[in-house]
This record gives sequence, structure tokens and C-alpha cells, in this order.
Amino acid sequence: MAALTREETEALIQEVLEIYPEQAKKDRAKHLAVNDQSLEKSNKCITSNRKSLPGVMTIRGCAYAGSKGVVWGPIKDMIHISHGPVGCGQYSRAGRRNYYVGTTGVNTFGTMNFTSDFTEKDIVFGGDKKLAKIITEIEGLFPLHKGISIQSECPIGLIGDDIEAVAKKGNKEIGKPVVPVRCEGFRGVSQSLGHHIANDAIRDWVLGNRDGDDSFPTTPYDVAVIGDYNIGGDAWASRTLLEEMGLRVVAQWSGDGTLAEIENTPKVKLNLIHCYRSMNYIARHMEEKYKIPWIEYNFFGPTKIAESLRRIASHFDETIQAGAEKVIAKYQAEYEAVIAKYKPRLEGKRVMLYIGGLRPRHVIGAYEDLGMEVVGTGYEFGHNDDYDRTIKEMGNATLLYDDVTGYEFEEFVKRVQPDLIGSGIKEKYIFQKMGVPFRQMHSWDYSGPYHGYDGFAIFARDMDMTINNPCWKQVKAPWKTDASSDAVKVAA
Amino acid sequence: MALRQCAIYGKGGIGKSTTTQNLVSALAELGNKVMIVGCDPKADSTRLILHAKAQTTIMSLAAEAGSVEDLELEDVLKIGYGGIKCVESGGPEPGVGCAGRGVITAINFLEEEGAYDDELDFVFYDVLGDVVCGGFAMPIRENKAQEIYIVCSGEMMAMYAANNIAKGIVKYANSGSVRLAGLICNSRNTAREDELISALAAKIGTTMIHFVPRDNVVQRAEIRRMTVIEYEPTAKQADEYRQLAIKIRDNRNFIIPTPITMDELEELMMEFGILEQEDESVIGKTAAELAIA
Repeated sequence: MAALTREETEALIQEVLEIYPEQAKKDRAKHLAVNDQSLEKSNKCITSNRKSLPGVMTIRGCAYAGSKGVVWGPIKDMIHISHGPVGCGQYSRAGRRNYYVGTTGVNTFGTMNFTSDFTEKDIVFGGDKKLAKIITEIEGLFPLHKGISIQSECPIGLIGDDIEAVAKKGNKEIGKPVVPVRCEGFRGVSQSLGHHIANDAIRDWVLGNRDGDDSFPTTPYDVAVIGDYNIGGDAWASRTLLEEMGLRVVAQWSGDGTLAEIENTPKVKLNLIHCYRSMNYIARHMEEKYKIPWIEYNFFGPTKIAESLRRIASHFDETIQAGAEKVIAKYQAEYEAVIAKYKPRLEGKRVMLYIGGLRPRHVIGAYEDLGMEVVGTGYEFGHNDDYDRTIKEMGNATLLYDDVTGYEFEEFVKRVQPDLIGSGIKEKYIFQKMGVPFRQMHSWDYSGPYHGYDGFAIFARDMDMTINNPCWKQVKAPWKTDASSDAVKVAA
Repeated sequence: MALRQCAIYGKGGIGKSTTTQNLVSALAELGNKVMIVGCDPKADSTRLILHAKAQTTIMSLAAEAGSVEDLELEDVLKIGYGGIKCVESGGPEPGVGCAGRGVITAINFLEEEGAYDDELDFVFYDVLGDVVCGGFAMPIRENKAQEIYIVCSGEMMAMYAANNIAKGIVKYANSGSVRLAGLICNSRNTAREDELISALAAKIGTTMIHFVPRDNVVQRAEIRRMTVIEYEPTAKQADEYRQLAIKIRDNRNFIIPTPITMDELEELMMEFGILEQEDESVIGKTAAELAIA
């Protein structure tokens, strides 16, 4: 169907809001907007980072998810204790597909669950002693670990355990960093505060560990990759390109990352930020304290990759600039072949996204490279600086929805009738049952990587096999006529 | 007779535990089967009945055994003077953990283990002075204590506390069967104390069920870890507790309280000369400023 005009999109938002009670309508109206590329600041059109309303089926996580699940969890040679009852750690265990190299249980611990497994008596008497014992036991059982983080679950904040004191004592005892993180799930409105808290904990307990220690040999081409969680191998596909253009990647934050890499980051020349939302805090801190500049980049799709490589290179000398051109040229045949193969099959297809972190804006370019158009996007836990960065990426009169509710999302989809939806696992089956092709864009639907040129080939293949899957032709029940199956959209 | 569950609240240090144990002893003397559930991490609610320093608590035993499910009722239930059953919920040292959760866990355990059997006439919950969180309100929630007695005295802070506790009762009374059953005045020998507490009781819709005078025999008994009833049954003070016991036994005046505002409370105290009329002109003035004025 044809794209909606600005008036039609505005009318659609009003129509969707209509069903809400007065107060909810007022609250939700602020989170829905029609994109206007002429705006510089998103606060003119959209509100974000507010408490979700009860009953709206939000997709959001909690502060613990932001700290343990996103920022700290992927640091592979540290042991992250989920401090509190067993569920938070166990039900989030290994779900994020942060790939890493190492021998799990020996020198890396990414997919394991360490928990203090709180019971009634720990709540009543406090868990500090148990935590101290766990630290001692970890040191005995897993001597090759490089440090410990204590990820607070809700009860820790309620009963007032002094995990900072335990951490300091543990640090003296085992001679390795022990980092207390106050990421109790009830704090803040989403996982976003958890990212911030986790960044602050890195700043306060890790980042300065090698200040004044010059034993790490540096080069003029040292960079750190910040905010790549190596989902399905994303960071590896990115790192290759940076290295091929002549840079030295000193640290990966935090996918397949190590404690030593984090500690050495203050020695790099430039910080490269992929997921701005979850790690801009630490980049800003390093800029302030260590005078390290930072730039954002985007490694989804060849257009954005080339732009990003050139922008990164512009911070270095001609060798690197030539290196960037060489890399782009080297992969040109490869990505052009991908486009040649898939663009004819995907051209003109319309996509709606609703995801977290950087993706609601960063993947737009990759879709456009395949001739597709993103007609609606929104952030689970974004702030207005995310929407500021989104306005120019999206077409005029497209939909923006913040912390979208289950109801709104479904209604938008019914009206806009996209050819593909990219969102989370909770959304997946609803839209598939509505007959709309769907990709789970948190963990790349168990595929990936999607970053870099390597990732683009996989991305294109995945979108094609989803949209052009023959199953969509079977969605319509044989006894239904076209008139009675209005909501069913059959892809070509 | 159906089991009556009563909870004793009041400002910290007002004499709740002492009053409760003497009262319960008097009830036992009258032939009632009674249980005391101490809901205070200090675990000093049963020592006068058991002649013990502090009873081993449910929570400390649970911590030792691994979990509360590993305990049996006989591990935690001790029988003392007059066949009174004694239980202490226990809890953490000050400054760690969550004492409120300890109370919840302990009371749930008692219920599941059938501590509230048909033979009991009364259960008394002796609760930590300040209801700082939901855990300490556990005894007044649905299906627990239906009668609340507030111990207070003619001192200002004790009355503030009594009024605040009444507010807490209102919250639960509207959704359940908990009712305020009266104020127990544990005398501090302040002026016109009985009249003042009677007036306060009237204002919040209840009565002063008994005025317990101050008597050193209580302390003498306490040193011996005994109630007055047991230590010196013929003492005049023992009779006071017996009267209190009879009044509580026969009490049917259970109401939803009407707590008063701070202003009303201060007015009442001014009436009785506890509080001076406030001179608003001096508020926020330093000594130097006042000297000039």
C-alpha cells in the first residue's frame, strides 16, 4: 500500500489513542509522533524515558537487566554474581547470545550463572556474610577468573546490605577487583538506568586501575570499540574492518571483552561508540578525565559502514584514511553482489521496528541498502538524545513510537501493513499469527552477525528468507474469501 | 470459646513486653490457655514467663537448620509459667537484614505448623515499638490479631505513637476484621495521666481499658526474670494486672479508631499542660536575634 501522508499518520495516532481513558490518552499521546525531518530536537515532538503505564504490556527490562545482562555480563573473564534470589540470574542466563572465545568454567564464564540464591534467612539476617563466602569460594573453585562483579537484585537495596564493604574486603582477600553494582531492578523506569549505573561502577571501580602504569605499549592507532556486545559475533565482524584499515583495537566493550581490555581503555586515542544508549556515559567520562575523544559509528549496511569508516579515519593520519578506502574497495564486490542478489527480492518492502539501544535508528541504513523502507520505529528505553539522532534517519511522516504498548503496536501494524516487523520475542508470535513476517531483532533471531560487511550478507539473507518465505502464502484459510481476510497480508 | 488473637503495640520502651507478660500470666491464672508470640528481633517478649535470658527464636533456628521448612513446632515452642506457650520470631542484629520479613516468616511458620490449635483461648503478639514497615504490621493483617491494645503513658511521644498506631489500624480495619480494643495506660506518674489518656482514648473512639500504676515490685520481679503474678502474687500490683486481665477477657468494645490530627493532639496536650502554647514569633530565630527583639 502507499505510504501514509502526514495527516493520515496524525489521524492514525489519534484514532489509536481514542480507546484510552483520559489520563492514559494524555500520557501516551506524548510518546507517539509523526516524524518531521525539519526538526533538530526531538523534544518538540516526543517524550521518552518515562515510567511505563500499568497494563500496556511494555517490552522493557529492569536496571539489573541493564547492568548484568547488557553491560557487565559479556565481560568474559570476570564472574558476575547475581546477588539475591536465584531467578533473576537463571532466567536471564546466556539469553543474549554474546559470543566469546574461551573455555567456559576455566578462564571464561559468560554463559554460567553465579548467584547467592537468597532464601528467607538471607533476607532476614542479611546476605553480606554469604556474599563474602561466595567470593572466597569463587577464588578457590575458579582461580583463573580476573575479577568479580556483584550485580544487586531487588532485595539487596531493600534490606540495606553493605555490598561495598564486602567488595572492598573481598578485593583485599583475593587481590582482584571486586565491583559492587547497585543495579536493583526497581530503580529507574527501564534497563536504561541499569546501563548508567553499570557505567558508573566501571568508572569508580575499574577504569582507573592502571592509571600511572605505562607498561602497556601503545600505538598512535589504538582505538576501543564501545557498546558492541558481540551478539551472534557482531563485534568480531566489526573489529576485522577496523584492523584491516590499520587501527589497533585495544578493547571490546563488552562483547568478548576482558577486564584487562577495560582497564587499558584509558590509553586509547579514540573511543568508537556503537551502542550510544548503553555506553555514552563512560565515553563522556573518558573524554573528561583522559581527554579521549569519542565518535559514534554505524556498521549496519555498506552505506553506513563506508560513511563510518571514513569518519573514523578522519581522526587519524593518511595511512588510516587510505586504509579505510582500501577496506571499502576490498569489500565492494562482495556487498554489491549481496545487493544484486537480494535487492530485487526486497525492493519496496516496508518495515516497522520496535527495539532497544541503538537499533531503532542504526539498522535503517541496512534496510535502505536493500531498497527497503523503514516506515515506523521506536525505542524501548531510549532517551530524547536517541530520538534526536533518529529524526534525520527516518522519512518524513513516518511513525515514531516510544515505549509502545502492545495495543498501539498492533493497531499501527494493522493500518500501516508493513511487509516486515523487527522487534522482540514477545511481539514475534503475535505478528506472525497476524500473518506478518517477523524478525526478532534483539538476538538476531538466533542468527547473526549483522555488523560489518560479513554481517550485511547474513542480514540480507535473513530478511529475504523471512519476507519471501512460502509459508506466508498459506496463512489465509482456504475457506476464507479475500473480503473476509482483511487483516491477512500475504507477501509476494 | 473461640480463639482471640490480640496484638500489643506502643512506643518503644513503654513497657509492652512487661505489661503483656504480666497480663498473660494473670489470664493464665484465671484458667485461660494463652500463647505469646514475640515479634521483635530483641526476643525479650517471653523471658519473664520462661525465666530465660532470651528464648531461642524461630529465625535463629531456621538460619541454623538452613531454612524455616526444616523446623518442627516443638523446636520453637516453649512452655512456661501457667502453661503459657512462648514463641519468639527473632531476627537480625540491628543494622542488617530485614527484621520485618522475619516476623512474616515466623508467623507464617506458626500457622502452617498448626500452632494456633483449638485449645488456645488467647494469642498475644508483642510487637516491636515502631511499626517501621509492613513486616511489623503482619500481626494486624487479615486473619491474625483482631484486637489491638496500645500501651501508652501520659508522655507526649507515647501519645503521638498511640495516635499513629491508630492510623495504621484504620488502614487494615477497612479491609479486614482488625479493631482497636483499648489503650492501656502504663503510668509514668505524669500529672493527670489517667484523665489525659481517657480523653485521648475518647477522641480516637475507644477507652482506656486500665490504668496500671507504677510500682517498683515490677522491677524487682523483672530482675528475677519473673512476672509480678508469679514473684509476689499478693502484691497490690499483681491485682492491677488481674484487673487488666479480667477487663480484657470481658472486653467487647472493638472499634475502628478515629485517629486525630496533629493539631488536635497538640491541643489536647496543651489542655493538660504537657505542651506550652506555641509562640510562632520565635520560630526560626537564633538566640542572638531573639536577644535583640
